[in-house]
Amino acid sequence: MVTTHDMTRGYRVFQWFNGVILTLVVVVTLYPFVNILARSFSSQAAISAGEVNLIPKGFNLTTYKIVASDPMFWTNYRNTVVYTVVATVIAMVMTTCYAYVLSKKHLKGRKFLVGVAVFTMFFSGGLIPNYVLISGLGLKNSIWAIVLPNAISVFNLLVMKAFFESLPQDLEEAAAIDGLNTYGILWKIVLPLSKAVIATMILFYAVSFWNSWFAAFLYMNESDLFPVTVYLRNLIAGATGADSFGAAAAEVTQAGANIQAVTIVLTVLPILVIYPFVQRYFVSGVMLGAVKG
Amino acid sequence: MSTSETLSVGTTPEPEAAEPAAKGHRRKGGSSWGRALRRDWQLYSLAVLPLLFFLIFRYAPMLGNIIAFRKFEPGGNIFGEEWVGLRYVKMFLNDPTFWNVFSNTLILGALTLIFCFPLPIVLALLLNEVRRRTLKRFLQSVSYLPHFLSIVIVAGLVMQITAIDGPINSFLSYIGSEKISFMQDPDWFRTIYVGSEVWQTVGWGTILYLAALTTIDDQLYEAARMDGASRWRQIWHVTLPGIRPTAVTLLILNIGTFMAVGFEKVFLLYNPLTYPTADVISTYLYRMGLEASNFSYAAAIGLFEALVGLVLILSANVISRRTVGTSLW
Repeated sequence: MVTTHDMTRGYRVFQWFNGVILTLVVVVTLYPFVNILARSFSSQAAISAGEVNLIPKGFNLTTYKIVASDPMFWTNYRNTVVYTVVATVIAMVMTTCYAYVLSKKHLKGRKFLVGVAVFTMFFSGGLIPNYVLISGLGLKNSIWAIVLPNAISVFNLLVMKAFFESLPQDLEEAAAIDGLNTYGILWKIVLPLSKAVIATMILFYAVSFWNSWFAAFLYMNESDLFPVTVYLRNLIAGATGADSFGAAAAEVTQAGANIQAVTIVLTVLPILVIYPFVQRYFVSGVMLGAVKG
Repeated sequence: MSTSETLSVGTTPEPEAAEPAAKGHRRKGGSSWGRALRRDWQLYSLAVLPLLFFLIFRYAPMLGNIIAFRKFEPGGNIFGEEWVGLRYVKMFLNDPTFWNVFSNTLILGALTLIFCFPLPIVLALLLNEVRRRTLKRFLQSVSYLPHFLSIVIVAGLVMQITAIDGPINSFLSYIGSEKISFMQDPDWFRTIYVGSEVWQTVGWGTILYLAALTTIDDQLYEAARMDGASRWRQIWHVTLPGIRPTAVTLLILNIGTFMAVGFEKVFLLYNPLTYPTADVISTYLYRMGLEASNFSYAAAIGLFEALVGLVLILSANVISRRTVGTSLW
């Protein structure tokens, strides 16, 4: 569509209009981030007067100091890191193994194995039976309540399966003739060829575990087990306030206004920092998934 | 099964494939499953843990829905104690609150579909007209960003933006209107919900369309121009048909998740004041089940919701296969 440019007057008007719309899209997308950043550095007086828009007013770091001095915030932050790493490792092992099995077209019963996974995309047990099951298995208040029920995402599974199917079979056959067994072929031949898709899958899983909160909210009762998302949720829901931070009275007033903004900034920061570098992997992963629809 | 099995034996990467004589010999002895297990047991062994995962964490909860028809004691048998028939189904059918949350679910689902399905197509078409590659890449990066945020962070941003001292209210008082406490007003909930959904999903939603747009053959545009088609007609006759399969697939998927309106976001954004418009089936069953401990009642509602979802996606799939020839499977 972009090959020949017939610059009619109508098209120039359109390009102008397009520029305006897309600029608006950028502004609307980025505005909440800029606003929250500005609020996080602003004084309580400026915030309640509704004066904070794009730049901080009454610049101060008091709230940052208060949040940073709350040991629970860091405990929960560390929990998020631990949960994300453990869950991602387990999910990767499970997903890779199953995707490799499903990619073997000759395998007897393959259709059934695919069906077992795909059916769960369209029908699921629902909240209550899941809750009953996790409680019944005694997984509450443990990392396994977060990790095990999410060990395979069917979407990611299908992406990996599509990728494995696209690999040339000759190498694997040659390796088999050389006496390598299935595990050896997967480990020494297939995985080294799949670095790109593995990187993408790790990112998919890591982001979804990093962002998840509901499983922890549901299955964990002790606040030192919470991930930082639940910490933030309780803050938003008003379950904890500045007074629970043991801050001095003047600081409480300051914190009350923008403690949410500061916590949001600190939680979103890692995502914003790595996003520009990893974004293309996500895009390529979605494309791979789309091949198989 | 047995014919395809025989056909595919030739492509197996296992050592036997290289020795046709041995393979022929093997085919005679044993059942076909026994043969498959002997040949591929290592592959099957890799499937054991994943299958256990699906069995325990996906299929057991499906069976666990049986408590919708059984008396359930918290801490007792996870499949319930004794049959009570349709008692809980009748209960929610006669529950006025259920019908209220049911219609809230339909309205939120419909509004989400109306805005979040077509807007990515529009944005993709607009992005596709951007010629400078670096600019286009920048625009894409920015618009994908919200997709990567935790729903908790989105909820936090929404609350800050709509707060009484937030930027929207500052603007309102600047132009002389009265301030609005958005999060406490049931009339605003749907706008806030759909608005934040658009903010978070539309940019990312363009990916598949942009990919489909690059696969459209330039010769089609060339031919259309030869026929004197204006740019608008080119979009109508070449571009839109080119992305139709993608659009139909995504529409089916959207319809399938219609009933499952973002539980987590509603849960984070609503409060008792906004229940009249905000409370949906999933949040209602959460409160019934996990706050009021009516597990069976909540399971009955959940099962109803899941079945409606299944029926929706199956029928959308059939309709699209019959009418436009695109289907998910």
